[in-house]
Amino acid sequence: MIEIRNLVKKYSGKTILGGINLDIKDGEIFSLLGPSGTGKSTFLKSIIGLVKPDGGSIKIDGADITKTFGEFEIQKIRKNFGYLFQEGALFDSLNVWENVAFGLRYLTDIKESEYLKTAGEKLELVGLKNSENLKISELSGGMKKRVALARAIAANPKYLLYDEPTTGLDPVTAETVSELIKEMSKKLKVTSISVTHDVKLALEISDRIALLNEGGFACLGTPEEIKNSKNGIVKEFIENSICRK
Amino acid sequence: MKCLILPSIGEHLINLARKLGQTWYMVGSVIFWLFRSKLEFRQIVKQTTRIGVDSVSVTTLTSLFTGMVLALQSGYSSKSLFNEPLYVGSVVGFSLVKELGPVLTAIVVAGRAGAAVTAEIGTMKVTEQIDALYTLGTNPSRYLLIPRYFAFMIALPLLTVFSDFIGITGGFIVSVVKLRVASSVYWDDIFMYMEIKNFMHGFIKSFFFAFIIATVSCYKGLHTEGGAQGVGMATTESVVSSMVLIMAVDYFVSALLVSIGIT
Ligand SMILES: Nc1ncnc2c1ncn2[C@@H]1O[C@H](COP(=O)(O)OP(=O)(O)OP(=O)(O)O)[C@@H](O)[C@H]1O
Ligand SMILES: [Mg+2]
Repeated sequence: MIEIRNLVKKYSGKTILGGINLDIKDGEIFSLLGPSGTGKSTFLKSIIGLVKPDGGSIKIDGADITKTFGEFEIQKIRKNFGYLFQEGALFDSLNVWENVAFGLRYLTDIKESEYLKTAGEKLELVGLKNSENLKISELSGGMKKRVALARAIAANPKYLLYDEPTTGLDPVTAETVSELIKEMSKKLKVTSISVTHDVKLALEISDRIALLNEGGFACLGTPEEIKNSKNGIVKEFIENSICRK
Repeated sequence: MKCLILPSIGEHLINLARKLGQTWYMVGSVIFWLFRSKLEFRQIVKQTTRIGVDSVSVTTLTSLFTGMVLALQSGYSSKSLFNEPLYVGSVVGFSLVKELGPVLTAIVVAGRAGAAVTAEIGTMKVTEQIDALYTLGTNPSRYLLIPRYFAFMIALPLLTVFSDFIGITGGFIVSVVKLRVASSVYWDDIFMYMEIKNFMHGFIKSFFFAFIIATVSCYKGLHTEGGAQGVGMATTESVVSSMVLIMAVDYFVSALLVSIGIT
């Protein structure tokens, strides 16, 4: 359970997040929509403590990550998370399977001899069979995204944070990824928070959706409620993106 | 005038204090994780070899020519005074082992390996790979910094000893070939007058230099901001800061060692 209370983040005086409140239940799939540069990535990074907010609290199963300062304690909270970075953030000094298996050493009890096999399984899930030994520099943009996704899910975390899971993917692969997010949530009871521009993805997979605009949620509700929202910004956002699809 | 200068000095002081604080925090975190995590032996070996291999050729050339020029200059100086080259081996040996060996090697390593470390960690910082370490159950102190501290602390003293040896060999070549000193005289000049503590003086200093290079290069890398341009700037700053600090610390550590009898 993630409880966010009055979350505030400013960058050089400019308010990016202006007092956000949100509870996310275990097993829920939550999606955050919003125009570029409104603070979606900032929001996601705050949850895992990569960005220190200027105010408010974020409780992960009761532990407030904004008020945890010991490196050891903060690491303990983070161990419950998988995080997909917007730009992938793959380690370019390692190859594909070493990237995917990277967290296994620190997050699981899996034996080192099993790493390659585990990495292979996760890569297959994201549609990248037999690419274990490629270098990161040999991958296309969409492949990088999927390797990063495989790395984020490798240790079977309880919470998964996705920063634009389908950006840069073709429609068919995007469909695979959205199925994957749904499946992990239903089968493994993973709690998912995705940040996305992909309205279709959000409407398809989410239990609840919010639209971030000017530091706050312009709306928050089930996909049905979002579709039928009377709010001007929400309508504009949804209509524009559906037309373009 | 007054109202322009004072705030700018103040700003610089605040900046300096912040950087010192951040450096101290980083070193603290390295020490913290040193005792709370398993050592990444594979990384330590990898980094040590990399630093060694990166720097060994430049170190060889630098110290060879330094030894040669020392022999040449001291030889001709004493020739003009006493009509023959006296104590060439002693001058070469003492200068190299106590000062030039450790200092020049440290500067070469700062320029080669220190710069590479800053560029690598800086690139990882601006591409969010550092953040990714946190999300994968580890952190930069454990995975990046501790192995690099070890690598510099192992490689630099070894390279220093190597450079002492190469430099003395360079001096030997010039003494024998150009100054016509008998080879036994050259070696006697070295081994009759030099003691193990003279060697230790330089050897101990190389550990301090290794600590400086590791701290500066990691710090500059971790605090890189602003894309490729930022990485370039951080790398330059890293080399310059390391060099200045090496020179300054060299004086103070030498003074300290002399005062406790390791001359
Ligand atoms: N480290 C930083 N320093 C200063 N400003 C920042 C920093 N990181 C982000 N910002 C600013 O905060 C705002 C929100 O950034 P963020 O990356 O969260 O946006 P986003 O919603 O994820 O956008 P996109 O959809 O394009 O990824 C932007 O205006 C950005 O300029
Ligand atoms: Mg973003």
